[in-house]
Amino acid sequence: MSTPPPAPQLPPSLATNPRLSSWVKFTPDERVAISPGKVEIGQGIVTALAQIAADELDVDIGRIAMIRASTAASPNEGVTSGSLSIQQSGRALRQICAEVRRLFLAAASDRLGVDASTLEIDDGTMSGPGNVRTSYWELAGEVSLDRIATAEAVAKPAAARGMAGQSVQRIDIPDKVFARPRFIHDTPLANMLHGRVLRPEVSGARLMVLDETAARAVAGLIAIVRDGSFVGVVSETEDSAEAALKALRRGATWSAGEPLPDEDDLAAFLKGQPVETRVIDTRGAAAPKQIARTIRRQYTRPYIAHASIAPSCAMAQWEGDRVRVWTHSQGVYMLRADLAIVLKLPVESIIVEHMEGAGCYGHNAADDVALDAVLLARAAGGRPVRVQWSRHDEMSHAPFGAAMAIEIEADLDADSEIVGWRHAVWSNGHTARPGRAAQPALLAATELATPYPRLISSDPPVANGGGSDRNSIPLYDLPAWTIESHRLLTMPIRTSALRTLGAQGNVFAIESMLDEIAAISGEDPVQFRLRHLRDERAKDVIRAVAARAKWKPQKKAGNGYGLGFARYKNTGAYCAAIAEIESQEDIRVRRLTLAVDVGEAINPDGVTNQIEGGAIQATSWVLKERVRFDRTRITSTSWTDYPILTFSEVPAVDVEVIQRTEIAPVGAGEAAHGPVTAAIANAVFDCLGIRVRDMPITRERLIAAMEHAS
Amino acid sequence: MPTIRFRLNGSDTAIDADSDQTLLAVLRGRLGLTGSHFGCGANECGACYVMVDGRALASCDMPLWSVAGKEVTTVEGLGTPEHPHPLQRAFIAEQAMQCGYCVPGILISAAALLQRKPSPTEAEVREALDRNLCRCGSQNRMVRAVLRAASEMAAP
Repeated sequence: MSTPPPAPQLPPSLATNPRLSSWVKFTPDERVAISPGKVEIGQGIVTALAQIAADELDVDIGRIAMIRASTAASPNEGVTSGSLSIQQSGRALRQICAEVRRLFLAAASDRLGVDASTLEIDDGTMSGPGNVRTSYWELAGEVSLDRIATAEAVAKPAAARGMAGQSVQRIDIPDKVFARPRFIHDTPLANMLHGRVLRPEVSGARLMVLDETAARAVAGLIAIVRDGSFVGVVSETEDSAEAALKALRRGATWSAGEPLPDEDDLAAFLKGQPVETRVIDTRGAAAPKQIARTIRRQYTRPYIAHASIAPSCAMAQWEGDRVRVWTHSQGVYMLRADLAIVLKLPVESIIVEHMEGAGCYGHNAADDVALDAVLLARAAGGRPVRVQWSRHDEMSHAPFGAAMAIEIEADLDADSEIVGWRHAVWSNGHTARPGRAAQPALLAATELATPYPRLISSDPPVANGGGSDRNSIPLYDLPAWTIESHRLLTMPIRTSALRTLGAQGNVFAIESMLDEIAAISGEDPVQFRLRHLRDERAKDVIRAVAARAKWKPQKKAGNGYGLGFARYKNTGAYCAAIAEIESQEDIRVRRLTLAVDVGEAINPDGVTNQIEGGAIQATSWVLKERVRFDRTRITSTSWTDYPILTFSEVPAVDVEVIQRTEIAPVGAGEAAHGPVTAAIANAVFDCLGIRVRDMPITRERLIAAMEHAS
Repeated sequence: MPTIRFRLNGSDTAIDADSDQTLLAVLRGRLGLTGSHFGCGANECGACYVMVDGRALASCDMPLWSVAGKEVTTVEGLGTPEHPHPLQRAFIAEQAMQCGYCVPGILISAAALLQRKPSPTEAEVREALDRNLCRCGSQNRMVRAVLRAASEMAAP
């Protein structure tokens, strides 16, 4: 007797939000409204999701209206992060649209009196034998989508999809080129007021004395709001709010703050803190081989700022004891949960609506400024209040990507083969997002008269890709390893999720170490990696990038080439990178060649764009970026103090996307950072014969590494 | 309050304003032209660039009085969907952005470059955009878009 096939399963996003009507609606203007729970953060996701819906419903993409996420109506898909939107929202939408299509075909069949299998759909119109026809919109009154998804409908096979796999132009770009308001910053509400919040220069300082006299004299001032150390102003205009803030700053006396670590010895700081230690993975060799030598290396990365070009912004409006919030948060439901804790209101009293912000690279100040707006709007008599942070506050008070110290010990046998591997990482946790803890994660919550403690960052579970430990388990087939993470239980510098979490640091360490071991035995780095990999998709991206970059190009004096590889989270996109660098006074990255495999690339140009962007941002991190601080305050509070890569410094970037239509798609936004980081570091060795193990790779670091080597 | 007169996107404009107000604040506030973006307030990022007498300049720290009698062009004045500037067409064709927040300032820098140098080299384009920051890493696409617009404008 054969067992029955397992019941079909709904994709997780759909299982949580199974009502079809919460995702899809046919509107009277003959369009289709699609409501994903994921949000546009500059990554082009709404276009890729529109493609999936258009494909499965057989409507022109021009008919798809993508609805911004709101807690009032949208499915709850958690947070837009982790390169999971295509995987989660995309899979759910494909399934839902397949089911909707099936329901409408059945209704059309009834109405037209022909078999559903004879009907074809073209741009929403269904037609069949004898020239009978109807459409989604004609049938919309008869087919209720207020029903639960069944998982029974089967989506089209890859070959039958017309839109997926096409580089459709992004639907948000025309607005952005013609300056039609899309950004929250550009969308004033009627009768809106402006707010600003005063924050201390010194980290963790408390507001002791506040002289409001000068601020009260500013024309246009509506209110000064104070609750403990949280203080802000509400004014008729932005200029007035800025003037009042300036006056308030002069009237404020702050306590001494909390000491910050020594920026010049981050490893000692990280290793000297109380930690929570976890063994992430361990594997042992059946018969341990003879160890001829052990190499021990330490790698570090600094705190890195999100540093979006736009300062964070939000709007809020109270009506009685209900509040409406407009935000560029990555998770409207998560933010709502934290707001409910701080405001001591049921979540039903709060509506959080998404509007686009500037490029978002993780948990920045978007959520913080939303609480600021909510607190200030309480003094606005029912008028909406818009709050925008300053560049200074964006660079000093928003959470940073966590600093990391990574130690790897590799045991080599007499033939320089790796027989043992120990990887340990010391780092703050890589996420302190809202909506996940019993206490709020929002900055102002720590400033109130009855403050919440600062939420210490934690790490997502290994099953979700981990945090500090993300990509710490080698994808390489090594005979034995122990992987440990030591998560700090103190957090003098506020950290949370930044693109790739711990993966950039871990891939930098692993790929640098492997490059060093390959060099010991004089083996080509490409061959060395291929020899240690079993996964054919991994080998394919490495072979593809090597072929594309004509590995290994003849070395010219002053040039160097390096390779880096990772599969993001060990479950996501495969990416290999080759860097060509030039060493003059500083390191200059001339060219990056990358090969990437995301499975089915829904929008190949969108994937290329994400990989290019990731590669360039990673180059900026590696060569320039480091949050600066002294023992009392963050000092890199402007673009002068926190420089990023400029147009003239940007390398040429050449990307090959390996299209695999038969394999479920994964995201591309974080795949390039680790491989590019390692490729640049390895190219520096190829060029100069020195290993720089502390990021960023600046001239000072090169000199220090040379001195250390000699 | 003094009246400041200048040409804005081809039209005569007169504003009664506190002369210390920045041009950006007036554009975005009183005039409702939100295409020019606030990024840093210190002339360090380029998001607020406007063209003043053919030069791309930061409007975030530019007092309004300083544009009296001058010709100011914002991104809204470059073109419309019906009559796009070649740069706007090229930025769409090259999909030259991720988030796009920096794009208005970059379009202005590029437009100013193409006015004074209609056929720039790639290096000249990069140099002209060096004071505009892009955090998403779309610089190469933007450079390609500017070169595409230049060759389109040069075509007979």
